Amino acid sequence: MEAVKTQDVSVNDLSWKIEYNAERCTMCGSCVATCSFKAIEVKTQAQSIVVSTDSQPNPEHRHIARPIICQKASLTDYCRGCGMCEKVCPNNAIRPVRNVDTRQVLLSKDSGPIKRGGRTNLNAQRTLDSIVVGRISQMTDPSLDSARHTFDIRSPLGRVLSPKELPFRLENGKMVMDHKAPPVNWIYPLIFSDMSIGALSTRAWEAVALACAYLNEKCGLPVRMSSGEGGMPVKLMESDYLKYFILQIASGHFGWNRIIKAIPHMVTDPAGVLIKIGQGAKPGDGGLLPAAKVAEHVQAIRGVPKATLSSPPNHQGLYSIEESVQKMHLSLNAAFGFRVPVAIKCAASATSVSVYNNLLRDPYKICGGFFLDGIQGGTGAANEVSLDHTGHPVVSKIRDCYNAAVKQGLQGQIPLYGGGGIGLTGNAAADAFKMICLGANGVFVGKVLIQLLGCVGNEHGRCNSCNTGKCPMGICTQDPRLVKRLDVDKGAQKIVDYVLAFDAELRKLMAPIGNSSLPVGRSDALVSTDKAIADKLGIQYVC
Amino acid sequence: MCRIGSIKSKVPVHPSKALHLMLPQQEGHDNSGFAMVMQDLYGTFANYKDKPLLSMACTQKGNQMVEEYMDAHNFVQLAEWIPIPDKRPGLDIQAMPYYVFRNYDFPEHYNELSEEEKQNVLLDTRLALRKMLEEAGEGFVYSFWPDVLTLKEIGDPRDIATYFHLWDDHGGLMAKNIVVQCRQNTNYDIVRYAAHPFFLQGYTLCANGENTFYTKNKEFQKSLHRGYIGFESDSQCFLYTLHYVLHELKWPINYYKHVITPLPFEEIEEREDKEVLKAIRQSLAHLEINGPNTIIATLPDNRMITCCDSKKLRPVVLGQDENMIAISSEVCGLNEIMPDRDREKDIYPNEREVIVIDNELEVQRWKQ
Repeated sequence: MEAVKTQDVSVNDLSWKIEYNAERCTMCGSCVATCSFKAIEVKTQAQSIVVSTDSQPNPEHRHIARPIICQKASLTDYCRGCGMCEKVCPNNAIRPVRNVDTRQVLLSKDSGPIKRGGRTNLNAQRTLDSIVVGRISQMTDPSLDSARHTFDIRSPLGRVLSPKELPFRLENGKMVMDHKAPPVNWIYPLIFSDMSIGALSTRAWEAVALACAYLNEKCGLPVRMSSGEGGMPVKLMESDYLKYFILQIASGHFGWNRIIKAIPHMVTDPAGVLIKIGQGAKPGDGGLLPAAKVAEHVQAIRGVPKATLSSPPNHQGLYSIEESVQKMHLSLNAAFGFRVPVAIKCAASATSVSVYNNLLRDPYKICGGFFLDGIQGGTGAANEVSLDHTGHPVVSKIRDCYNAAVKQGLQGQIPLYGGGGIGLTGNAAADAFKMICLGANGVFVGKVLIQLLGCVGNEHGRCNSCNTGKCPMGICTQDPRLVKRLDVDKGAQKIVDYVLAFDAELRKLMAPIGNSSLPVGRSDALVSTDKAIADKLGIQYVC
Repeated sequence: MCRIGSIKSKVPVHPSKALHLMLPQQEGHDNSGFAMVMQDLYGTFANYKDKPLLSMACTQKGNQMVEEYMDAHNFVQLAEWIPIPDKRPGLDIQAMPYYVFRNYDFPEHYNELSEEEKQNVLLDTRLALRKMLEEAGEGFVYSFWPDVLTLKEIGDPRDIATYFHLWDDHGGLMAKNIVVQCRQNTNYDIVRYAAHPFFLQGYTLCANGENTFYTKNKEFQKSLHRGYIGFESDSQCFLYTLHYVLHELKWPINYYKHVITPLPFEEIEEREDKEVLKAIRQSLAHLEINGPNTIIATLPDNRMITCCDSKKLRPVVLGQDENMIAISSEVCGLNEIMPDRDREKDIYPNEREVIVIDNELEVQRWKQ
């Protein structure tokens, strides 16, 4: 007993415990080999057992040394509950079990801030689930047929002018454009959100990109994908597929050296440029790519050495909204000849409405979209305290921004896109539809996509190890051995299938309210079973 | 469901013609009200075509308030028709004490104003009168415009017509254009203002249908023009959009349909004017209606138009003879007032069509 101190870490202090059944174990070693966190190891255990090997019972007491699988009692190599061991075990001999008595959060603090990927585990409440589509067309106006009617499911990305500002000229009784108007691309209202090459493995990024291209080319759905901070492969930038991508510029400006160099060689324009000011999962922080994930190819794309890449909390040189519009928006618009919409992405915040109001007054008419990312957004790496304790829910914020525009008669002029927790409980179509009725033009999703690729992380502490570079699914890692676990084609197919179901479900929601085009701002279509939510959002309370 | 109808005639017609157009269309417990707007008037008001005509229903006090207001603003009263009602027992009508139809002359100092400024004075005067009577609960002001008369009431249209002697065809009340509808909007509170046709600065409109983007329309229109008020009915939005596109943006009539029922993007992409159509769809996204409906409208120059929603979930038919064109939700109405017309010339507009009838009764139809 003297050898054990109170402060020593035991398996029971950890969040996950390995349940191991030695009798079923065949000692194949698959579980140990597959555990990317090295949370389990093979040990030899002295055992005192009774055996009988004769044809008649002949019990015999033996002392033997026997190999077993054992969980490490470690605060660095600990089990994340990913379940890969269970997945590979041919004999159901091992699995992780959630430990309700965990002391891990307390014990881990002394080695610096805890970093984690995934979504917030604390603020996973679901406003959208207390809202239902309650204004069903019954008798007064016919519901549509979701399978037979045509639906126009498109959203604008770009600065929309007020009707009186349209540059129309009458020519022989017909209106013609007198001069150019700001570029607007009509896209599918579901954007694949910005996850960089670096945050994602090359294979995972490729799978998402492949799905995006397939949806465009084969399914006729103009889904767009944001590159994330960190650039894109030059070959892709110089290909015709660039038109499906929104190039992101974040505070580290990673990847833009190569983007700028590629501009003269681009055969088509990108779908847009997204200036990332902040993200919902870690508002106030810039991008954070731990050194473990800065592999050689990431270094090459970004033009950096192997080191932790922390983008600054803000774009250096920008101190106000006006300045951002004048400098960044204008220069990025100019870089692509004012042919490509430039939008901005911010973490949802108590100040979002002020920012949106200010952007709406932009005299150059060049802010082509306002992306709001809520607290339930995912991250590749964030300080846990940021992830769980900073941020702002996105639902009411989108509504507030929309209402602020309504008040000024400017609704629709800067399209609103909401993200952060869309599809958290699996049905992104329902979430998107409700957001749209509340005033969003569309939504963006990230976490859902990697979950479709195989990510097992959830909001109850499972895995969430995107920051470690040890993603057991090969999605958020640059370790070639782990990356190889991901089947690119199968992953892309899962995403394509999900989006096709999303599309069908969106129609299934538009049909009963009798709409063939997106009901942006049609809040009368929604009711809420929660009085406080109904009051806040200005929709009908029902019970 | 609202049934709507209109008559455009080379010779002035009595309101009874419009009633005969509408009554056969009744189904079930429809016909809960009567509302019409007459344009290009003959009879009592024939000699005052350029003088604004006030149409209102009010109490005695309301009438007094209006008189005081108009006096204070130097409007000079000209012709007047205050119907003496037939108050026989048993009539189904929720009548107001007074119905006033009165011509005014502009105050002298308004003579220098441009036509547009005069129009604004008329609008602002109507809005002020409406506000005054609304706040006092003393009446309803429907229109204040030269050569336009509006009558609205709640009850059975037959009885309402009896009450106002409209069956008598007495010659005092005639017009070349009548837009009519025979139902109070019973889906919401019964408010006289909710009964279409609605009127704004020379534009008259009634609609049969649902505006499923009512909330979107309303929220946007509120900020577009001071005259876009009330919203007691989702059909008012159609009128305001018509007024906005033609009167405010000054776009040709062809573009109205592109605003309320824009083409799908796939079709827009195939058009030569795709840049213009996309810009319209973008900037006026909040004026799309996206529900089942048919509209009939009259423009300030007395041209009449009709069109339907893009899925054609609501019917409309146009019938014509030498002297008259009538538009009706259902063909039985046309059969009643124009039994001898050539039915092969009837027009059933499709979901992408707009029909415009000019004052010579020439019918133009085109696809958006």
